[in-house]
Amino acid sequence: MERTAPTTGHPTIPDPVVLDRDGLDALIDALRGDGYTVIGPRLRDGAIVLDPVESADDLPWGWIDEQDGGRYRLMPGDGNAAFAHTVGPQSWKRHLYPPRQTLWTGRRDGRGFTVDTPTDPAPRQAFLGVRACDLAAMAVQDRVFGVTPHDGRSAGQERFTDTGYAARRAAAFIVAVNCGRAGRTCFCDSVGTGPKAAGGYDLALTELPGAELPGRGAPAFLAAAGSAAGAALLARLPGRPAGAEDRAAAEAAVEGARAQMGRAMVSDAGPLLARNLEHPRWAEVAARCLNCANCTMVCPTCFCTTVEDSTDLSGDHVERWRRWDSCFTVDFSYIHGGAIRQSGLSRYRQWMTHKLSSWWEQFGTSGCTGCGRCITWCPVGIDITEEARAIKDSEGRG
Amino acid sequence: MPPNHMARKRPKLAVWKFSSCDGCQLSLLDCEDELLAVADAVEIAYFLEATRVAIQGPYDVSLVEGSIGTPHDAERIRRIRARSKVLITIGACATAGGIQALRNFRDVDGFIRAVYARPDFIDTLATSTAIRDHVTVDFELHGCPINKAQLLEVLNAFLNGRRPVVPPHSQCIECKLHGTVCVMVARGVPCLGPVTQAGCGNLCPRFERGCYGCFGPKETPNTAALAKQLTALGWGDAEIANAFRSFNADAEEFRREGDAHERTE
Ligand code: SF4
Ligand code: SF4
Ligand code: SF4
Repeated sequence: MERTAPTTGHPTIPDPVVLDRDGLDALIDALRGDGYTVIGPRLRDGAIVLDPVESADDLPWGWIDEQDGGRYRLMPGDGNAAFAHTVGPQSWKRHLYPPRQTLWTGRRDGRGFTVDTPTDPAPRQAFLGVRACDLAAMAVQDRVFGVTPHDGRSAGQERFTDTGYAARRAAAFIVAVNCGRAGRTCFCDSVGTGPKAAGGYDLALTELPGAELPGRGAPAFLAAAGSAAGAALLARLPGRPAGAEDRAAAEAAVEGARAQMGRAMVSDAGPLLARNLEHPRWAEVAARCLNCANCTMVCPTCFCTTVEDSTDLSGDHVERWRRWDSCFTVDFSYIHGGAIRQSGLSRYRQWMTHKLSSWWEQFGTSGCTGCGRCITWCPVGIDITEEARAIKDSEGRG
Repeated sequence: MPPNHMARKRPKLAVWKFSSCDGCQLSLLDCEDELLAVADAVEIAYFLEATRVAIQGPYDVSLVEGSIGTPHDAERIRRIRARSKVLITIGACATAGGIQALRNFRDVDGFIRAVYARPDFIDTLATSTAIRDHVTVDFELHGCPINKAQLLEVLNAFLNGRRPVVPPHSQCIECKLHGTVCVMVARGVPCLGPVTQAGCGNLCPRFERGCYGCFGPKETPNTAALAKQLTALGWGDAEIANAFRSFNADAEEFRREGDAHERTE
């Protein structure tokens, strides 16, 4: 399942090639020809969302996003790049772990009832434009859903693999994009997940910067394979072999993004939060927090769901659904007798300490990949990096 | 349990109207596709919008629309409660007093003198209040108007003896489940979604409008924090007060936030 950078024993991994706009079109075409629904960045409703794309024309050429706490705006960029934007309001979990899933259906049958579980094969989805932070998020969810073994407290969970997630993940073809521009809420560099894809993809593209400046070159993408399937596809695309200058330009683009990181996470946030569970900062952030759950909905690693039952009026037909839920709702911590986390403080603290601290114990990794979505899409701009830093700074003072 | 529900005794359903516009009970008639199934599953014992047949109680389920606005209302709801096994309020009027609860913030006698040629014909209470303020309510369905799918869900859940799936969480969750882009973050449009209960199907954000709060306060709403952000987006106190003073003006959390901004006008 894990896609890693090719090692020896993959004689088929070819050298990177440079694709132009037609080459990118050919890539989308080839994937569609192979029966994939290609999902990629598209302009919709004032943002760049992840929707099906039919050709390279559907990509947000020339658009960039400006992001900050509680703020996102689209604007024309300096050039005509397809991927100069960063991550948007949606993440790939929408397609790997949809917001609503049928778990089973039941029908009354004489004195008993019969139960059916959905048997539809996993959709063949090709994800175009997966950023390094989101590849890291997929690797995190692979641990959560028992696809990749790990040594966290929930080790052994791979015996309880989420079959739906695992099937969708295995069926997916991943075209990564290395970032050439970072946004004001990006902080992948400080958590070691980006801005360059480290593996876990079939193909990786780097947009070569010439395209960003008007009149300076046509769109060009350095394309490298990361799996045998990626290599086989690359061999079918019209491209020219990449030269040393192309590779250098791609490296420089990524380093440019690294130098632009809008934010940074403090080091050792996990132990820091674990020893500060009664810190006064929690009350301050709780006063600002709407407990609206946007942060958890947009987070690419948040995985919590609830179960909903539906019946028809006669009660002859029942369905059990799984729906995204959030630790910010009261019902989420409901057990016999009431909800455990009544206060907004306890809910915010649960979210942030799980993300940055107890996730390590549970899954052997952080739950935060530095994508910055929770900062941008928080209606009041609460900033996880700022919250962690405030607690850290207070220790320095004390 | 017999396999065929027709063999069961059908529960008696009654639909009652108090001070309201009828929109919520019409949602039941609007359930065109499902209406026959509903009529099949329950005996519609009292529903003046749909039929003149009136059957005496007791009723298994009473749906109550509208707020308590007159002394007669206050007395009638007690009689209905006494004849109903389960009483469910439907809509903002019945759960929060409705738009007519705006009078709770002003001098009602002044209104009556200004509006009616013969004020002495008018017999009204000074306030418009929720059903819950007068009798015990088993379930409250929010919305102005209610969402017909939620209404069916509530009826369905009561008929099948399960908990209705009507989550009290934010409108924002509904936006995100649908994949609707946040209008507040992406466009700077003031929106009550973060303090409003989900259920409408994110009607307004889907069309690039901010949420008007038709479904009333969500669970544990932080209205003060939202009001601060509305200020940052350019709203003054009067606009904030007006936003909270609408269909759910007298719902406790909205009333308090409205008060906080009206005082400083
Ligand atoms: S966090 Fe890093 S990898 Fe993710 S979009 Fe920003 S720069 Fe790219
Ligand atoms: S941190 Fe922001 S997005 Fe998350 S629940 Fe609080 S207000 Fe909502
Ligand atoms: S549009 Fe409004 S309701 Fe929807 S997520 Fe944004 S703030 Fe919440």
